[in-house]
Amino acid sequence: MKKILIITKRELQAYFDSLMAYILLILFLGFSGFFTWIYGSDIFFIKQATLMPFFSIAYWTLFFFIPALTMRLLSEENSLGTIELLLTKPISNWQVIMGKFTASLLLIIVALILTLPYVISLTTIGNVDGGQVFSGYVALILFSSMMIGIGLFTSSIGNNQIVSYLLALFIGIFFQIIFQMLGQNLFGFAGYLLNYLSTSSHFESMTRGVIDSRDVLFFIGITFLSLVFTEIMLIKKRYV
Amino acid sequence: MDIIVENLVKKYGSQKAVDNISFTVKTGEVLGFLGPNGAGKTTTMKAITTFLIPNSGNIYVGEYSVNRNPEEVKKNIGYLPENNPLYEDMPVIDYLRFVGDLHGISKENIDDSLLSVIEICGLDAEKHKKINELSKGYKQRVGLAQALIHKPDVLVLDEPTSGLDPNQIIEIRDLIRRIGREKTVILSSHILAEVEATCDRILIINKGKIVADGTTADLRKQAQGKDVLRLRIEGADINTIYNALKEIDGVDMVDIYDADNMRLLLDGNPKKKLAAFVFNFCVKNNWVLTELIPVETKLEDIFKELTTE
Repeated sequence: MKKILIITKRELQAYFDSLMAYILLILFLGFSGFFTWIYGSDIFFIKQATLMPFFSIAYWTLFFFIPALTMRLLSEENSLGTIELLLTKPISNWQVIMGKFTASLLLIIVALILTLPYVISLTTIGNVDGGQVFSGYVALILFSSMMIGIGLFTSSIGNNQIVSYLLALFIGIFFQIIFQMLGQNLFGFAGYLLNYLSTSSHFESMTRGVIDSRDVLFFIGITFLSLVFTEIMLIKKRYV
Repeated sequence: MDIIVENLVKKYGSQKAVDNISFTVKTGEVLGFLGPNGAGKTTTMKAITTFLIPNSGNIYVGEYSVNRNPEEVKKNIGYLPENNPLYEDMPVIDYLRFVGDLHGISKENIDDSLLSVIEICGLDAEKHKKINELSKGYKQRVGLAQALIHKPDVLVLDEPTSGLDPNQIIEIRDLIRRIGREKTVILSSHILAEVEATCDRILIINKGKIVADGTTADLRKQAQGKDVLRLRIEGADINTIYNALKEIDGVDMVDIYDADNMRLLLDGNPKKKLAAFVFNFCVKNNWVLTELIPVETKLEDIFKELTTE
């Protein structure tokens, strides 16, 4: 656990030193704030005291931002060769991966905490369903961890950050759109499976205020699988 | 802590990078690893540091095996990889603290450890700079400092002096020699003079196999079947001298390589003490011996002989 935190601390430091963290926070708050309060189907447009517009815009913003955050985590270590340094220290692959994962997740959580004023503003406008807001935030955190997992995996594949970014989007888009589209055209088990693999159904039911174990398990499962694949990539390097 | 390498094999695809090599390095010994590019030096070092997993064979660092207890091995090794990778965006002191933390150095001891490696590696003036602001020589020192911070018993240094200027090379060499007194050190290098100056023992590998193992003196003796003397003799016609020298018992070959300056090269049986004999011979003939240089077989020649077909 202590080793994980050492890695987390270093990665967070790197995020803030490289301005990456500030850029992410500003862009995320800017985007989500603009579309939640000012433009499009914002809260005043739909005339409901609900954070639904925020959750759906945050969902897509995070989809594009998280791979940018994770793309350098391992690919940079691969290209600089520091991965060799790290893995020959008394620390396990899993601790390295968890440390980096936690750092990214913490940064996203910070970004989400900074949107709490939205909730406070909303309570002054009308009656807010606290449970729904809570489960919406949980959904965002779970979705973020899934994207971080995928991003970490694609970043472990090679040593090019751009490739890692695009690959994460490519894998992500299957979960976001493609599985759902395919699922609608299929019946039986295949259709059910593809529908289950689509993020949006899980995410939407959670933002409506329902925390179902199937949805939670979906996000945690994909996250865990991605991290396992990441570890496999790290182990593979040592067998060449 | 001794390092014992047993029948190590490492393949990249079907190509054997390291082909069944075995050797032992004892505590307090500095072992120099020599070999042409692609000989398997770096691969062997990566296997010792647990980064690469061998196809077969075993390596023991102290009593721990890299196959069974890699975590224990890692704790006892300080490693400077090839090209000295570093987190360039970090300040020197933060980076060293990060490495110290990874090694589990306690909060009470970390400051002492930091100060001591910073002093040993001469980084005091640079400790607050970011690593990417440092010159190559200082980066190399940071690389060494991170390898030393947990006071490892074993040091594995892959080309520790590559890219340094001559002054820095001498400093780093001194540093390695100083550290090497109580630790086990393996270092690789292309620079033969460096290995000769720093190492107690030399291991030459070629195409994944050990082709020579021993002290520099051992290697010289092995390669040197002959005494070679460079001579400059005046006082007679060069051809007369040439013919006379050729008749000496134990001389295999005489060669005039610079007739204008009366210089000759003489090859002969090392048991005959030719230098003394030639001197007396010249005195007897009333020739003036102005130069007599015993030519040592250079490490370069040994290296060339062993690593080319």
